[in-house]
Amino acid sequence: MAQVHFSNIGKTYPNGFEALKPTDFEIQQGEFAVLVGPSGCGKSTLLRMVAGLEEITSGELSIAGRIVNAIDPADRDIAMVFQNYALYPHMSVRKNIGYGLKNRGIPKAEIAAKVDEAAALLNLRDHLDSKPSQLSGGQRQRVAMGRAIVRDPALFLFDEPLSNLDAKLRHQMRIEIKALQRRLGVTSIYVTHDQVEAMTMADRIIVMNAGRIEQIGTPAEVYHDPASTFVAAFMGAPPMNLLRTRAEAGQLQLNGGALCDTAHRGEVIVGVRPEDFLPDPAGPVSMQVDIVEELGAHRLLHGKLGPETVTVHVGNEFAAEPGPLRLSVKPGAVRLFDAEAGHRI
Amino acid sequence: MKRAGFSTPWLPVLLLVPQLAIIAIFFYWPAIVALHSSFFLQDPFGFGSTFVGLDNYTNLLGSAEYRRVAVFTLTFTLLVTVFSLALALLLAVKADKVLRGAKTYRTLLMWVYAVAPPVAGFIAVILFNQSWGPLTELFALFGHTYMVGVNFNDTAFAMILASVWKQVPVNFIFFLSALQSIPRSVREAALIDNRSASGRFWDVTFPLLAPTGFFLLIINITYALFETFGIVDTVVKGEPGNNPMTLVYKVYVDGFRGNDLGGSSAQSVILMVLVLALTVFQFRLLERRIHYT
Repeated sequence: MAQVHFSNIGKTYPNGFEALKPTDFEIQQGEFAVLVGPSGCGKSTLLRMVAGLEEITSGELSIAGRIVNAIDPADRDIAMVFQNYALYPHMSVRKNIGYGLKNRGIPKAEIAAKVDEAAALLNLRDHLDSKPSQLSGGQRQRVAMGRAIVRDPALFLFDEPLSNLDAKLRHQMRIEIKALQRRLGVTSIYVTHDQVEAMTMADRIIVMNAGRIEQIGTPAEVYHDPASTFVAAFMGAPPMNLLRTRAEAGQLQLNGGALCDTAHRGEVIVGVRPEDFLPDPAGPVSMQVDIVEELGAHRLLHGKLGPETVTVHVGNEFAAEPGPLRLSVKPGAVRLFDAEAGHRI
Repeated sequence: MKRAGFSTPWLPVLLLVPQLAIIAIFFYWPAIVALHSSFFLQDPFGFGSTFVGLDNYTNLLGSAEYRRVAVFTLTFTLLVTVFSLALALLLAVKADKVLRGAKTYRTLLMWVYAVAPPVAGFIAVILFNQSWGPLTELFALFGHTYMVGVNFNDTAFAMILASVWKQVPVNFIFFLSALQSIPRSVREAALIDNRSASGRFWDVTFPLLAPTGFFLLIINITYALFETFGIVDTVVKGEPGNNPMTLVYKVYVDGFRGNDLGGSSAQSVILMVLVLALTVFQFRLLERRIHYT
């Protein structure tokens, strides 16, 4: 059953700026959906529209089978975790977590029990009487999580909740949030600009660009079968190699060599993931390696393939040196995109 | 950490001198002179003075007139402070929500700040003018003959109104900037946690405004006690008679109109002690309950 249903949802500001083009999609019960895209792509706007903090200017939004367009944020049965935590600075951790329950007329004893339970789950038991200013960034993040989970809502909303944490803590919290969501089974929408977060946490990724949804799919689908050059370049670090070339006589020409067979003709953009290029003395194309980036478990070779820059991912057993290198490509790993519009062919 | 040092001990002293001189000349010296002369009975023509001990103080505290002025001052201060803070907060909360024309709205409200107290008092005098004041006419519609400068309560009302009107803009600016410094996401979190707008205001917004409110409370009490002199003076037109006046105004009336320098000095000493006690009390009692972010 669809827990959240977006039906032709769009957002146009009074000044005429269209922040979100009308979109249709559904998020299933218990699903962890990640909205990802560069800043200004409309992902936060979309999330805020779900929360009721931003007006929906067209279409219908339903949460758990109820149309919520005209319903106040407090009555939408959602809980939100904000980027800068948005804790109430004058309240103790206990009060911060319990505030949403208190206003819903839940008996005091029940609130205390729920707050204790959430605090135990989030390792906050020793800090219940502290003020937010006495906590570290990671602990504040947990309080914000606690405030969301005690409510036991139909939907969790996360607005870049990890972007204020340092890299190590971010990695840890990523796993904690994901595990918590699995355990609680609450449908979640998570907004981030970090494609690694999107790849590692999502059941389904929604890639957005300039107020439009570029692609919806599982992390593997989005990674291996990007719907456009935008998705190909945005997802993955390093991104997919995108090389402008021609298809002639049933073969893809690349820097004077025939990369593989194709049914297409004319100008195309070839997309190959860095790990799908293989060093091969008998390979059809040759690249000029300029820089070898040593990453321990593997190496990245940066250089030129004809006029285009390419990155090739090789295992650490391959002793790479700057200079010419012949490459072949894994069978079935080549993706073709329209040379003009950038969409997948 | 780098510590800056002075090569001679005289330079820091030299740099402090202007500030210390101002404090000494305009605060400590008059305070000491006032304290000293409060123990004397001065000849009105300046031919000498007699030591009278605490007589000036006992006379004051035994005087029904002084107690009457003290009670009025207390009421006046309370009303002016409460109304100017409450009105300013209300206006600030409303202005904070205005999106279109917000700048014009704020500028219009802040203009009043530039009006000098005697001018504010003068405007009140015009509004309440006996024969053609628009507010006098308004009261007449309700059957009340408004007589500023004659009727005690009518005069008091005019003073309070002018004083509140004069002080609201200052409070408004502070409250508005305090409101705007509350993080948007905190308000949004409250929006999700609490469906009642008044609940959100008292639970979240108001406590976060408390540091500003506390600061303004002190400023406003000081204003009502001392800085309303100009307004009081204009409204009573230098003819205290049966009219209401504040303690500060009485210091002036007794000292400079009545030539009772000793009694007037004793009054200012009492005021100094009062302000000191008030400040200590406020910081001790209220500040503890306020959360500074």
